[in-house]
Amino acid sequence: MKPIKTTVFALTLAAATFAAQAERVQIAVAANFTAPMKEIAEAFAQDSGHEVEAAFGSSGKFYAQIQNGAPFEILLAADAQTPAKLAEEGLALAETAFTYAKGTLVLWSKDAERIQDGPETLRAGQFRKLAIANPRLAPYGAAAMETLEHFNLVETLEPRLVKGDNIAQTYQFAATGNAELGFVALSQVYRDGALVEGSAWTVPADFHGPIQQDAILLKRGSDNAAARALLDYLKGETAREIIRRFGYTI
Amino acid sequence: MGFSDADLQAIWLTLRLASLVTVLLLLIGTPIAWWLARTRSAWKGPVGALVALPLVLPPTVLGFYLLLAMGPNGPVGQLTESLGLGLLPFTFWGLVVASVFYSMPFVVQPIQNAIEALGERPLEAAATLRAGPWDRFLTVVVPLARPGFLTAAILGFAHTVGEFGVVLMIGGNIPGETRVVSVQIYDYVEAMDYGQAHWLAASLVIFSFLVLLVLYSLNHRQALR
Repeated sequence: MKPIKTTVFALTLAAATFAAQAERVQIAVAANFTAPMKEIAEAFAQDSGHEVEAAFGSSGKFYAQIQNGAPFEILLAADAQTPAKLAEEGLALAETAFTYAKGTLVLWSKDAERIQDGPETLRAGQFRKLAIANPRLAPYGAAAMETLEHFNLVETLEPRLVKGDNIAQTYQFAATGNAELGFVALSQVYRDGALVEGSAWTVPADFHGPIQQDAILLKRGSDNAAARALLDYLKGETAREIIRRFGYTI
Repeated sequence: MGFSDADLQAIWLTLRLASLVTVLLLLIGTPIAWWLARTRSAWKGPVGALVALPLVLPPTVLGFYLLLAMGPNGPVGQLTESLGLGLLPFTFWGLVVASVFYSMPFVVQPIQNAIEALGERPLEAAATLRAGPWDRFLTVVVPLARPGFLTAAILGFAHTVGEFGVVLMIGGNIPGETRVVSVQIYDYVEAMDYGQAHWLAASLVIFSFLVLLVLYSLNHRQALR
């Protein structure tokens, strides 16, 4: 019996010391970055002992919540404007802002045969609905509109556009087949160097403005060492490797 | 500031949707309520529970299943396609169908309660006077259960105006087709355009308050009689 008791005691002691050092970081994360963030949070917890509590949603909603006292310490936005705006209003620390990922826009269909040549698929118009993220709200939506402008297809395709409230919903419209085509984030349909399902065309980056996703330390997190540690971790190779694996560039 | 053209379009669309849904719900909901109020069948429990489901389910659940069911691989989607109607998501009629499900309990339950409260006696009396089933329904049930029908119509209308989650899931935000007031407000808030959001949101608060005020005042008067 005795050895077991000693082990239990040692473990309890170890857990107690560990808990004393471990802190929690509450972060707000853009919906498109959900999957990579979960992996990064796990890796970060293993490497540092700090725990990450993440909320996933749209940058616009987080902006309103942060303005009204939401307890977030870091924002990983889907754009560069929202962090800049928060910094301007004194709710975030401007000098901590940096680009943690650059998004890639793809034209995607659940149907593996549908997209052979992306521009041709768009021009031929053999589809009923094309899902895009709301261009007023989501950077992926704005990039999708710019791509359509590039091909001079806005007027022709406007009646067939259905707009998702964010990029996750846009994917849902296309993934359920209700829209045959969708402009989604590469990160949603791509794992480890290959498409998970369907067919896709990667939109060349010069057809639209950059989809630059910025992170920033919020005022509430300025005294939390774990928050600063997480920001550093996001710039490190472990995180960047995960980020790239999900189809972002950095 | 005031309403923009897009706002007016959304308001008009919302009113059109809510009116149509209310009429449809009175037509569909009344027989269901009648049956629920008078049946002794073992199916009363399951049917009643099914009708009440939208009261407890988050709208996203309803919206998600409607999106799947009405999509190209869903049973409803395959039916509408084989009938040559195309697919329902992202259309005005898709919203109508969704809202009928979503607002059903708000129409069925008041009517059901009103009919249950009548009891058997007025109907039996009418039957002895040789009133046929239709006659009994139109000249006895409808006038006596009027407060129930009124409550049902107002709640059905107001609840459809206030619908959001389901529309967001199956609407696709198309101006003049599926972009209702609640979605328009959400867009303003998300785009950080709080001024415009306030205009529409405050109007909706006032509108909803007035609707409920009318409802409760009418019911109060009825109760005093």
